Amino acid sequence: MDGVHDLGGMHGFGAVDKADDGPAFAADWERRAFGLAGVVTVLRGHTFTPARAAIERMAPVHYLTSPYYEHWLTATATAAVELGLVDEAELVERAGGSFPLSRPAPGTESALAVAPPYGRQRFGVGEDVRVRDISSAGHTRCPRYVRRHTGTVIRVNAPTALPDLEAATGEIVPEASYCVRFRAEELWGEGEGWFHVDLWDSYLEPT
Amino acid sequence: MSGGHHHTAEPAPIERRVAALEEAMVSRGLTTTEFIDAVVQAYENDIGPMNGAEVVARAWTDPDYKDRLLADGAAAIAELGFGGPEGEHLVVVENTETVHNVIVCTLCSCYPWPVLGLPPGWYKSHAYRSRMVREPRVLLAEMGLELGPQMEIQVWDSSAEVRYMVLPQRPEGTEGWSEESLAAVVTRDSMVGAARL
Repeated sequence: MDGVHDLGGMHGFGAVDKADDGPAFAADWERRAFGLAGVVTVLRGHTFTPARAAIERMAPVHYLTSPYYEHWLTATATAAVELGLVDEAELVERAGGSFPLSRPAPGTESALAVAPPYGRQRFGVGEDVRVRDISSAGHTRCPRYVRRHTGTVIRVNAPTALPDLEAATGEIVPEASYCVRFRAEELWGEGEGWFHVDLWDSYLEPT
Repeated sequence: MSGGHHHTAEPAPIERRVAALEEAMVSRGLTTTEFIDAVVQAYENDIGPMNGAEVVARAWTDPDYKDRLLADGAAAIAELGFGGPEGEHLVVVENTETVHNVIVCTLCSCYPWPVLGLPPGWYKSHAYRSRMVREPRVLLAEMGLELGPQMEIQVWDSSAEVRYMVLPQRPEGTEGWSEESLAAVVTRDSMVGAARL
């Protein structure tokens, strides 16, 4: 989805606070939120995709203004409610105040910008590929900043579940992904360096 | 389908929300407080950059291991007993005199947990995630790493299931050191690419 989580290349976030370098958990609630996320991940079959998708569905202002582990808590609670493991009224009652969850998932049709046939491996190392203009309301791991750009495949990765489909329908369809190498000039019109993004076959088209 | 966004009341404090979810799940027998403690303690005590440092020290002292590490990172770290979530598809990228690698996750906070543990706050920040794929040299300099003009920068965005770790260059003056002594000089930031040794 074209959400605020898709930060690659955005302007305006200022300096990195290198001093924000403390221990893994700054407070006990962060520990508990991380552990609870682990529990729900295990209950869902050891996949992070539903959790990532639920984090992306957080209201944008909530996402940008809340601490990192609040994302995990919100996604975990949303998943637990959607799976019917707990109910929202109970969470609100136990918390003694409102308990903001992520926004509802979009319908399957608007969620998907990929289409069958899935599971293909059409490209090989050294081939140039173009990133499709993926813009769906649902979860995708195709970052905005590489859309419509051309790069070169430098590695073929083992097939893994296509996350778009898994998030939208629950179906696990393994598909090859590729490490695609882009020049700075291709992505930004200027600059230097090489940028590598791992992209599933369904995100790509031949040049 | 949740209706959470319809609530207009002040959110309960975060501590109360976390406790509410934990209590609700424990009361339904979905988990136990002890299980949550165990998950957390593993990442606080056993899984961290000391694991990655061991991998790097081995690669510096054993050329065959280094070859295996660069060919199949996940298999090579498994030789040292490391693996698990966020490490199943590990790729190790090597720094040289003329190549500097740095890792980022623009979409969330993907990070090679089995070798580096959980990421520091700055790695998860909006600024790091947005800027590393646009102006890496400027950002690294701001973060204290000035790279010479000869240095080509390679950025790795962990957008699919592959997780990346940087193999830093072995510092000069460490000839003949034991693996243990070498591991002690390997920093987390050098394995992210936010620093060089």
